[in-house]
Amino acid sequence: MSYYAFYVFAFIAIVSSLLVVGQKNPMHSVMLLIASFGALAGLYVLLDAPFTAVTQIIVYAGAIMVLFLFVVMLLNVPREEPTPASVSALLGPTGMRVGVVLSLLLAAEVVWAMSRVGVGVFSQGPGTASVSSVALIGRALFTRHAFAFEATSVLILVAMVGAVVLARREQH
Amino acid sequence: MVPLNHYLVLSGLLFAIGTAGVFLRRNLITVLLSIEIMLNAVNLTFVAVGRYLNTVDGQIITFFVMTVAAAEAAVGLALVIALFRHRETLNPDAFTSLKW
Repeated sequence: MSYYAFYVFAFIAIVSSLLVVGQKNPMHSVMLLIASFGALAGLYVLLDAPFTAVTQIIVYAGAIMVLFLFVVMLLNVPREEPTPASVSALLGPTGMRVGVVLSLLLAAEVVWAMSRVGVGVFSQGPGTASVSSVALIGRALFTRHAFAFEATSVLILVAMVGAVVLARREQH
Repeated sequence: MVPLNHYLVLSGLLFAIGTAGVFLRRNLITVLLSIEIMLNAVNLTFVAVGRYLNTVDGQIITFFVMTVAAAEAAVGLALVIALFRHRETLNPDAFTSLKW
């Protein structure tokens, strides 16, 4: 059962990610990326990580993608402009081909390296309940990782101020 | 349950797709979306290995990666808006003022 679920979610994630990269219209890309994030949330559930799955849906598919949608609608640029020929020969069709070859090479390398890790069978049984426990995650977050957690709040404050300053219309 | 290396290969593929998007696309918003795909691929690795080692640390670092991704998206999109206001385009090849 969980075998089928894994392959269904993996298929959805890979196909929708490929379509995100392939789409001309950024609006469709954002919608497809939400589908990809949903599939990843399903994979987190299969990995006994319900907290991460819910965070994935709320933070990624909810907050970050709404931000992207706002910007896509605000800028209203439905299609990609062709690169002016004067810029560089590397950005033309030849450069595209080099990029495709490099990406395929990276995919082959990463898949080869990852499949050499070994099969790695997940342990089953009562000990695995500790992984899915939200209480344990909260305890670790507020004790062992408390400094990183507080630093994150400063990071978000800085990002918020930075975004407001950058996107502000300058007065003349 | 599906063994660990299936998850690792899946996240490797997703990471390569995200890299291809950064290489190939000429639209700043799609480039940012591809970076999100790459971050998600790494998150999947963290959670899968955390489950394999029976520890919550994988999920905790995923939490931090999500926070950083949110901050990155906010600042990145603000930069995109500011650049679009100056040049009326989203093509990254148009922004060459700092090129030597």
